[in-house]
Amino acid sequence: MKVSLHVNGKAEEVEIADPSTPLLYVLRDNLQLHGPRFGCGLGQCGACMVHIDGRATFSCVMPVTAVGDRKVTTLEGLMTDGKPGKLQQAFIDEEAAQCGYCISGMVMQAQALLNKTPNPTDEQIRRHMEPNLCRCGTHVAIMRAIKRAAVA
Amino acid sequence: MWRPAIAPVAANAAANGDRKAIDQGAELASIGNCADCHNSPNGAAFAGGRPIPTPFGTIYASNLTPDADTGIGAWSEEAFKRAMRDGVDREGRQLYPAFPYDHFTHATDADIRAIYAFLMSKPAVRNAVPANDLAFPFSFRPIVAGWKLLFLKRDGLEPDSTKSAEWNRGRYLVEGLGHCGSCHTPRNALGGEKSGSAYAGGAAEGWNAPPLNASLVTAHKWTVDQLAEYLSTGWHRLHGAAAGPMADVAKNLGRASQDDVRAIATYIASLSPGADGAKAEVAAGGKVLKDQPAEVVAIYNGACAKCHNDRNNVGPSQAISLAYSTAVQQPESANAVRVVMHGIQSYRTGGGPYMPAFEGILTDKQIASVVQYVRTRYTDGPQWTDVNSQIAKARQEGAQP
Amino acid sequence: MNVHLKPSRRDILKGTGALVVAFSLTPPSEALAFVGDAAIGKPVALDQVDTFLAVDDKGLVTVYSGKVDLGTGIRIGIQQIVAEELDVPLANVSTIEGDTTLTPDQGPTFGSLSIQSGGMQIRQAAATARSALLDQAAQRLGVAKDDLTVADGIITAKSGGGRVTYAELIGGKNFSLKLDPAAPAKNPADYKIVGKPVPRRDIPEKLTGKFTYMQDFRLPGMLHGSVVRPPTLGATLQSVDENSVKDIPGFVKIVREGNFLAVVTETEWAAVRAAREIKASWSNSDTLPDQAKLWDHVRATKIVGNDVTSNIGDSAAAMAADGKKLKATYDFAIHTHGSIGPSCAVAEFKDGKLTCWSASQATHNLRKQLAQMMSMPLDDVRCIYVDGAGCYGRNGHEDAAGDATLLAKLVGKPVRVQWSRADEHGWDPKGPPTLIDMRANIDASGNITAWEGDFFIPQGAAGMVDLVAATLSNRPADNKLSPGGIVNDSAIGYKIPNIKTVCRRLETTPFRPSWIRAPGRMQNTFANESFLDEIAAAINVDPLELRVKYTDPADKRGLEVLDRLAKVAKWEKRPSPRKDATGNVVQGRGVSYVKYELVRTYVGLVADVEVDRTSGDVRVKKIYVVHDCGQIINPNGVRAQIEGNVIQTVSRTMKEEIMFDRGMITSLDWASYPILRFSELPELVIELIDRPTEKPWGAGEPTSALVSSAIANAIFDATGARVRSVPFKPEKVKAALRST
Repeated sequence: MKVSLHVNGKAEEVEIADPSTPLLYVLRDNLQLHGPRFGCGLGQCGACMVHIDGRATFSCVMPVTAVGDRKVTTLEGLMTDGKPGKLQQAFIDEEAAQCGYCISGMVMQAQALLNKTPNPTDEQIRRHMEPNLCRCGTHVAIMRAIKRAAVA
Repeated sequence: MWRPAIAPVAANAAANGDRKAIDQGAELASIGNCADCHNSPNGAAFAGGRPIPTPFGTIYASNLTPDADTGIGAWSEEAFKRAMRDGVDREGRQLYPAFPYDHFTHATDADIRAIYAFLMSKPAVRNAVPANDLAFPFSFRPIVAGWKLLFLKRDGLEPDSTKSAEWNRGRYLVEGLGHCGSCHTPRNALGGEKSGSAYAGGAAEGWNAPPLNASLVTAHKWTVDQLAEYLSTGWHRLHGAAAGPMADVAKNLGRASQDDVRAIATYIASLSPGADGAKAEVAAGGKVLKDQPAEVVAIYNGACAKCHNDRNNVGPSQAISLAYSTAVQQPESANAVRVVMHGIQSYRTGGGPYMPAFEGILTDKQIASVVQYVRTRYTDGPQWTDVNSQIAKARQEGAQP
Repeated sequence: MNVHLKPSRRDILKGTGALVVAFSLTPPSEALAFVGDAAIGKPVALDQVDTFLAVDDKGLVTVYSGKVDLGTGIRIGIQQIVAEELDVPLANVSTIEGDTTLTPDQGPTFGSLSIQSGGMQIRQAAATARSALLDQAAQRLGVAKDDLTVADGIITAKSGGGRVTYAELIGGKNFSLKLDPAAPAKNPADYKIVGKPVPRRDIPEKLTGKFTYMQDFRLPGMLHGSVVRPPTLGATLQSVDENSVKDIPGFVKIVREGNFLAVVTETEWAAVRAAREIKASWSNSDTLPDQAKLWDHVRATKIVGNDVTSNIGDSAAAMAADGKKLKATYDFAIHTHGSIGPSCAVAEFKDGKLTCWSASQATHNLRKQLAQMMSMPLDDVRCIYVDGAGCYGRNGHEDAAGDATLLAKLVGKPVRVQWSRADEHGWDPKGPPTLIDMRANIDASGNITAWEGDFFIPQGAAGMVDLVAATLSNRPADNKLSPGGIVNDSAIGYKIPNIKTVCRRLETTPFRPSWIRAPGRMQNTFANESFLDEIAAAINVDPLELRVKYTDPADKRGLEVLDRLAKVAKWEKRPSPRKDATGNVVQGRGVSYVKYELVRTYVGLVADVEVDRTSGDVRVKKIYVVHDCGQIINPNGVRAQIEGNVIQTVSRTMKEEIMFDRGMITSLDWASYPILRFSELPELVIELIDRPTEKPWGAGEPTSALVSSAIANAIFDATGARVRSVPFKPEKVKAALRST
C-alpha cells in the first residue's frame, strides 16, 4: 500500500507491505534516512527519536499509517544547505560522541528542549534528557554540547 | 472551633534524634506516602508547594522540613501530634482534610513520634508555600470544624481477636497511615468518605482508584502474595503495573518494612472474600476479532503488540497480556486512557514496568479507537462511553514524564 | 574509514602491485566482490611493512589495521602515528580495518592494547618505511641520508637541489620489507601531530546521519532473518506452527536445524513481527541456580585449577603469627555488555565462499569460528568489520554473525540478522559472577605483614566464545569457557612482605562468560582496593597515606599520580570514617589506585558521595581521576575514554545486575536492567599526565577498575558502613547501615 508522509520538509510517498510498520523502518529503509536508529524497538532508549510536529517522539512505536499529515523531522532535517545545524555543530565541536549510536536521538531530544527553552539550566537539561540512554558514557560531553549550542 | 496555639520550639532541637526512631519514622512515612504530596514540584524532599486539586479548589501542600519560618521547624512534637490526630496546625488553625487526618488520627503515639523524628532530621528547606486557592466559603478555615464533626471519627481501632496479628497490623496501617480509603473509597458532596461504601472505589488525580472490595472486576483474583509483591514492586505478572498515582505509592512501599507491606496485603485481600486461590479463566490472546478497521489493527500491531505480547506471559517492559489488565476491565475508561496517554515512567531510574507516553505519538482519535479495540478484544464488557471525555480531561491534567 | 568499497574505485596493480583501496564515504550500492586472486597480492604477515602500509601513486597512504575502532577513537590515533612517522598530511591517510583478507591478525581489539601494541607495530612499520624511502631518496638525489628532510610526503635535500616525493619513489608498489626494530622512530620532541587533540573524522558523519553502521549495511537481494530463541537455556524445540506467521506481509520461510529456529523475511519489520508472533513449543529446561543463592552456588562449584598470581614471602606463616587479623568477602554481580545498538551481521555465500560483515572486535577469530561451524576451509571465509555500537568486550556481534552465516547457507541468499533488545540482553555472553575472600594480618605497629586473596572465577582465558548458532544447531564448536584474562589484578603492586593471591578456577559458571571492560581487573581491584581501605580503618590511618606507604619508593610515576590526586581532589589527611557526620544525608569520599595489571597505566581516583542514611540511596556527586598512560597520542581520545569508563562503571557499580529465574535471564531490556541516566551523573575532574618520551599505554579500560572500590570507600567514609557487594543498590546499603 502507498503511504504519504511529510518528512524533512518534503512530501514523500512510500510503498509498504504491512500497515503496522513502524515509522522508524520506513524512514531508514524506504527513505534511506539513517539518522534515527534501532536501539530497542520498545520506546525505552531514544535512539530512534524524531520530531513529529516539533515534538520529540519514539519512531519505533509509531506505526507509519498513524502519522498522517503531521510533519516528521529527522536528524538530517536539522541541516541547512547540507551543513550541520547549530546543535549538530556544537556536538561536532565538543566531539560529543564515542560510538555515536545514540547520538541522533540525543540531538533530536535536545533540539526539542532548545526550541522551547533556549537557555536551559543544567538541571533542566538533565531532566529533559532522562529518557535517552547512552552506554559509552558520553553524557558529560553531551551536556557540554547542549550548553554550547544554547549559549552561542 | 477555635484551638489554641502551641508554643514554638527552637528549630534543630530534634535534628540529631535517635537513629532508630528516624529509621523507623522513614519506613512509616513511606507507608503514609507523605512525600507524594509534600515533596516540592522540583523534587526537594518534603519542602511543600505541590498543588493538590480538590472539588473545592486547589490546596498547596505544606513545607514539612524543619525550616523555622516556612516549614515546621518551630513545631514541637505535641504540635505535630495534634495536626496528625486532630487536623489543627501549631497556631491553632483548622487544616483542610486534603491532609487525610481522618486516617492519620489512628496512628499511635509511638509511630507519630518516629515520624516526627524523621521529619526533623531532614535538611531544612526555605520554601514559602503559596496560599490556597479556594473559593468562599471553603477558604474560611473554621468551617472545617463542621466537617470534622461529621467525618473525623476518633474511635480507636480495637484489635479483632478472631483475626491474625498480621491482619490486625494490616488494618492499623491501612485505616491509619496508609490512608488507602482516601482514594479507594467514594466521597460524598462534602468531600467526606461515604460511610457504608468503604473501598468501593474512588478517584485520584483523574485516575480511578479501583474498588478493593468484592465489587472489583479483575482477570485474576488477588491473593495476599500477589498483593504483597505488587505493593512493594509496583508490578505483578497476573495484574500488571501500578500506574498513575499508585506508582509512587508502590515505590514508597518498596522502602517500607516488608513485614508491614505483607500485613497491608493481608488486610486488603480480606476485603474481597474469595481472595485466595480463585482464578478466572482468561485466554491471554483475547478474542479473535473480525471486521475491525485496518487502521486500528495496524496501530495495535505496530505500537502495542511490541510489548503486550500475547505469546509470552510477560513481554518487554514487563508488559502483560491486556486480558489481565485491571484498567481494561473497569467500567470506565479513565485508567486505560491515561496509561496509554501518559505511559508509565515512574520506575525508569530504579527499574520496573515501563510504557511510553503515546499522547505525542497517536492522535486523540487514534487513542480512542485503540482503547476501544482493546476493550472489545480483551473483555466481555460493553464498549466504553466516556473515552473522548476522558481523553480531553487527561490532556488537561498534563503528562508527567 | 572502512568497508564501502565500490569495486570501480578499487585500483589493483598487477604484478608487484600493492593493493590500495581508496575509500568511499557513501553507502555501497553493490557488494564488494569476494576478493579471490587479487587478495593474494596483499600480505598479512606481521613482520612485513606491506602488511600495514601502502602508498599509492598520488602519495595517499592506506593503513591496514587489525585493531578496529569501536567508537574509541583509535582510528584517528593510529592515523596520527602514521602521519607523524611518515611526515605526510593527516588528510592523506586513510584506514582499512578488520578485514581478514586485507588486514593482519594483530589480535582482538581488547585489553586496551590497540595503541599500545597494535599502534606500536604500525609505528614500527611506518618508521621502517620512512627509513627505506629516505635511503632510496638519498640514492636518487645523490645526497647523504641525513641531509634529507620530509614534509607533506615530499623529501628535499636541506642543502638545496632536488626533491622527490613518496609517490614517485614507491607509489603503488610494495615495500617488500620486514619491520626493522632498529629503524628510528621520530623523536617525540619533534612531534607535530601525535599528542595533539586532532578531531575524529567519523564524528561529523555520525552527527549528520551520513555514517554507515553495521546496522545500516545492505546487500542487494538480501533477506532478513530473526532467530527465535528457546524460552529457557537448554530447551529443545518440539514443534513449530507455520500458520502462525505465514500471513505476515513479507514472510519468506521458516528455517529450522536442531534447536536453531529462525524466520526469514523480506523486510526487517516482518522479521520482528514473525519472531514475536510465531507459535513454537519447547521442552522445559531449568538449568540455572537460584539467584537468591548465587554465591553459595559459586562457592560450591568444583574447582578445576589454582592459578597462583603472587607468592611473595611466606604468607601462611605470616598469617599465623600474632597480630590483628582481618578478613572480608566481596562479590560482584553478573553484568551484560548492554550495547545500545543490538548486534547485527550480514552473511553471503558466493560460489561456496563466505563473506560475513559484522562489528566483531576480533574478525580473525570469528573467521576461524565460522569456518569451524560450517566445516569450511579457513581460506574460503572472509570476515569484514563494519562499525557497530559500542560493545565493550565480546558481546553478541559474533553470535549475530553466526546466525547470519547459518541462515545464508540454509536459505541460499544473503541474510541480515538484526538482534532484538531481548536477544542482546538475554543471549550475549556475560561478565561472570565473582566471589573473593580477602585476609590480612596487621602487626602491633600497624604494619601489614600478610595479605591473602582467593578469587573464585571461571576457568579459561581470552579465547573464542562458542557461537550460539553452533550450540543450537549442534554444529562444531570448541565447547570451552573463554571469560578473558580475569586473573589480572588479583595480584597487587603494594610492597607487603608476604602476599599470596590465588585464583580458584571454577569448572562452570551460569551463562557463557566473556570479557566486559576491564574483565577480572575490575572485580579483583574492587576487592583489593576496598580491603586495603578496611585495613586503613582498622589501624586508623589515612587511606591515601597508606597507599603511598606501600608503594615502591622507586615507582616515581605511581607516587606522582597519588600526589597529584591528593592535590586535585584537595584530599584532607584523616582516617576513615569521618566522625563529624550529622543528619540524615551524609557526605564522604573514597580513594582507589592501581597500576593496571602491575605493568602499565597508572590511575588514581577519588569519589565523593552523598548517602541518605534512612533509605540507603547513594548519590555519586563527583569523581576525580589522575591518569598516566605514558605517551598520549590524542588527549581528546584519552579524555573521552576516561569519561566513558567512569560513567559506565558508576552505572555498573550502583545499578546493574542480570536477573534470572531457574530457566533463563529475566532482565531482557532497559526496564529490567536499568543503567545510569542523565539525572544521575557525577561531576568529573580529569587530569591527564602526558609523557611523550615514554611508551604509550592503554586508556580504554584502566580507570574503570577503580570506580567500585572508590565508591565503597566513600560510603564507608560517610557512614562507617561497608558495602562489599556490587551493585550497591539502596536495599544493600540500607542493610549495611542497619547492621553497623
